[in-house]
Amino acid sequence: MRHAVFLRFFLPTALAMLTFIALPIVSVLVQSVYAPHERVVVEVENCTPFGCTKSTVIDQDATRKLQKERPLGRFVGGDIYVDRSHLAFAELARAWEGAATWHEFGRRLMTLPFYKALVFTLTYMLFVTPLSIMLGFFVALAVNALPRLLRGPTIFFSLLPMIVTPLVGALILFWMVDSRGIIGSAVQWLAGDDNLSLKASTSLTWIMLIVYGTWSTAPFAFVVYYAGLQTVPQDTLESAMLDGATRWHRIRYIVLPHLLPLTTFMFLIKIMDNFRVFEPIVSFNASAHAQSLSYFIYSDLAGETRLLSSAAATSVLTVAGVLVLLSPVLVRTWRQFGKA
Amino acid sequence: MTGRARRRPATLNLLIGICLVTWLLLAIFPFVWTLWGSFKVEGDFFSKAGWQNALSGPLTQLEYGSSFTGAGYHGAWVKEEFWRAVLNSLAVVVCVVVVSLTFGTLGGYALSRSTYRYAFWLLIVALVFRAMPPITLVSGYLLPFYRLNLWGHPPTAIIVLVAINQPFTLWMLTAFFKNIPKDLDESARVDGCTQFQAFRHVIIPVMWPGVTTTGLFSFLLAYNDFVVTAMLLSKQNQTMIPKIASFLGTTQTEGNVMFAVASVVSVTAPLFLLVMFFQRQIVSGLTAGAVKG
Repeated sequence: MRHAVFLRFFLPTALAMLTFIALPIVSVLVQSVYAPHERVVVEVENCTPFGCTKSTVIDQDATRKLQKERPLGRFVGGDIYVDRSHLAFAELARAWEGAATWHEFGRRLMTLPFYKALVFTLTYMLFVTPLSIMLGFFVALAVNALPRLLRGPTIFFSLLPMIVTPLVGALILFWMVDSRGIIGSAVQWLAGDDNLSLKASTSLTWIMLIVYGTWSTAPFAFVVYYAGLQTVPQDTLESAMLDGATRWHRIRYIVLPHLLPLTTFMFLIKIMDNFRVFEPIVSFNASAHAQSLSYFIYSDLAGETRLLSSAAATSVLTVAGVLVLLSPVLVRTWRQFGKA
Repeated sequence: MTGRARRRPATLNLLIGICLVTWLLLAIFPFVWTLWGSFKVEGDFFSKAGWQNALSGPLTQLEYGSSFTGAGYHGAWVKEEFWRAVLNSLAVVVCVVVVSLTFGTLGGYALSRSTYRYAFWLLIVALVFRAMPPITLVSGYLLPFYRLNLWGHPPTAIIVLVAINQPFTLWMLTAFFKNIPKDLDESARVDGCTQFQAFRHVIIPVMWPGVTTTGLFSFLLAYNDFVVTAMLLSKQNQTMIPKIASFLGTTQTEGNVMFAVASVVSVTAPLFLLVMFFQRQIVSGLTAGAVKG
């Protein structure tokens, strides 16, 4: 296809992606180095017959004029990045010097909002990704052993947790783990503690979110593995059986290697998706115990006064995180295909 | 496979059965439970006395004279005007699907037929864009949209959702178009068609299976979206998912959590039907990229 023709076909999608994905990234970069204007304050002298008092008032006109002249705010460079809500280098250094043990340092780290969000996001990603892929693999093996007639309905029901709206799926689970809901009371009964609430403790909230994440993403792994299992070479399996390989050996030495490319593909997709975890925290009303990077940005944006600069700085840091996560893939692709 | 199945020991069969039943219970039970509970009053859905009350519904019986009540649905759809959100969602979803498929088929076709290296790199750039969390983009939109007075209107949310959806659509459709033999449109070109005429008369008639599958995923993305619609739409243009989230903020304290339960069921029902009718397309779409790549 000639360049001109290609461009004509590709133009609409290119424009959409440039305007609404590439430009916003530039926009957050710019916003993150500007802070809102401080109000212009003037000192006025009020003189009464009993004497004069000085007071400071906000000069509304001048403030408005300043905002109009420089709508982005005042340039502050990297200040927002290093303030207490973001990278907090000063607080970090103090915590490092003040803390006697690693545990103490960790505790202080978790009082800094950005690191708290980062630690939760990474924990969620590191647990949910492998757990959901393993669960999906076992379900796929089991479904593959079913008679053909039963497979259709099983697949239908297995898809549901993934298809359902994340916010809604998380809400459904949240209502069940409520201390008056069915899972919540079952847990109370098991623990023998009538006042146990899954929502009140930080570690239990994290576990709940991870369980939700595994529940909702396992079907994707299941479907991909199930399709992969259909393409396992049958004659290899049969010759292995003739050679006396056990069931476990066949899975270990034939099925798993065959599914390896699928597994790397899924890790890539799931790491990208789990890094942006957001909706379950809204549904579980869990922001007091667990915040992800996405939620951190959202709470800055959704508040009474929209903290655009702060949200922008967190966004830039999040995008940087995504690029770090993607970098192995990008470097490998460059090595394979980049050289002409 | 039958040979292998015949020789499978009974204990293994039992183990497989137990695992599958457990998984299926995990997958379905929450939905059944919530559907059943949505016809109860809050005192039964969240029962202090015991979970069995959610099944039999004694408080619902006291209040309405029967163990089932549509009060939650009435409250959500009529009192809280959930129907307005449903109409808004419908408009947004239909537009997103149509526009993103139009852009996506053109772009995906071009990518699949280009022999130059930049086509490959454009796909890699799309992959990077796909990895960006939508909320980081939203924080980039807000300020310019306020300034340009674009905030709050459905078309803004639609075009943003289309753009966010493009990387995925492009990947899927490119893979699909690559499977349509090049000879088809090339022979049309030899017969004197322009590239666009070849696309129009040769490719469009055979592309519908792939477009349907991709359209399903565009639908799901727009239907399930919370981040973009919650941040970019004004209150009267609100779609269903932000509306449910707003129930939680205001009415949970008033004890009307049943409105949220009823609307959650209302939102989930169409998705059930979707999976029921398009199961094969969804499965093939999920595996298309994976199994080949």
